[in-house]
Amino acid sequence: MTALLETRDLAKTYDTGGTPVAALIGVDLTVRRGEFVAVMGPSGCGKSTLLNLVAGLDRPSAGEVWFDGRRIDQLSETALAKLRRRRIGFVFQFFNLLPTLSAEANVELPLLLTGTHRREARRQARGLLTDLGIGDKGRSAPSRLSGGQQQRVALARALANQPDLVVGDEPTGGLDSATAGEVLGLLRDAHGRGQTLLLATHDARVAAAADRVVSLRDGRVFDDRTLDAARPVSLPFDPEPL
Amino acid sequence: MALLSGGRGHGYELKQALNQSFGTLLPELNSGQIYSTLARLERDGLVEGESVADDNRGKKVYRLTDRGRELLRNWVSVPVPGPRLKDEFFIKFVVATSMGLADPLTMIELQRREYLQSLRDLDARLTTDGNSPTTELMVEGAVLHLKADLGWLDLIEERLVTGGSMS
Repeated sequence: MTALLETRDLAKTYDTGGTPVAALIGVDLTVRRGEFVAVMGPSGCGKSTLLNLVAGLDRPSAGEVWFDGRRIDQLSETALAKLRRRRIGFVFQFFNLLPTLSAEANVELPLLLTGTHRREARRQARGLLTDLGIGDKGRSAPSRLSGGQQQRVALARALANQPDLVVGDEPTGGLDSATAGEVLGLLRDAHGRGQTLLLATHDARVAAAADRVVSLRDGRVFDDRTLDAARPVSLPFDPEPL
Repeated sequence: MALLSGGRGHGYELKQALNQSFGTLLPELNSGQIYSTLARLERDGLVEGESVADDNRGKKVYRLTDRGRELLRNWVSVPVPGPRLKDEFFIKFVVATSMGLADPLTMIELQRREYLQSLRDLDARLTTDGNSPTTELMVEGAVLHLKADLGWLDLIEERLVTGGSMS
């Protein structure tokens, strides 16, 4: 696998009116194409800052961000916006769907923004919603959908342009455990089809599904380790014959 | 004894049923263990054995006595203890960190990795086909415990960082 994303000595300092606060210090992170990387750590450890920097939503105070062989941290706003639209999908904790648009129209939006013809965009949006198990909810307003359904719409929107990278900030954070499991299943499916994922999460099950878990502490990478393939589980007893 | 609660059984049948159900939990039981257990239960008046008429090898079928049935009912009706204060990681952690044998945060992180890997193993088992509902419940129970263990590691780390010491 080749590097899709690479940060070099990445740092971010926020100026909160007087004392500068270091949110990220010297982070070297590489995400290879096809990899599923989870970023874990307590609140305030720098997870969201890292995600914002690599996705071009914010600019670093120092260091470099490379995306698919190109340095992006110094690109113009226009160039960054174009990169985000075409090559990066976003999933947030609170879905961030446009409330005045139907589910379908939310998914069509990124397609239309990248020049897909209206009719083709509608066809693709319906296909995505069907793949994610909510083909019958296309006409509904987001407010009429459950949390899990809204996150499915958000995931469809993130996947619409077949982005190189899907970035997620607590994608299961606002969901109950069963619904979180379903959304995780969909993320896992996407990864199974080769989708590169970079997800900040508190959810242990999301982290356990990743190929690699990066732990951040106080803005630094504290641990970065690849998980092994699932080991066989031997049950203490087989209750069936009783 | 629970296996006998439905009626009568030969020692051999009990052995089959036990090895089939608890094969990975208990070492393979041999006939001797089964028969000595049955003999002890018979001596204590909890089961009674009856020789099979047309069997010259002295084979017996066993059934529960009223006392045996009473004891079984008791075992079933008493809940199992709740708190699990004895935790292997925590014992190791307290000993190792108080003796200065390891960096606390590193120990926590290593343990977190192990739990995450176990969670990965269990989740993979849950997504394989052909699990019975009972097996699924068993695995999901382990998942819930693991999530609690992971939450607990977060808590230990948080106290360690904010409190500065673990005395």
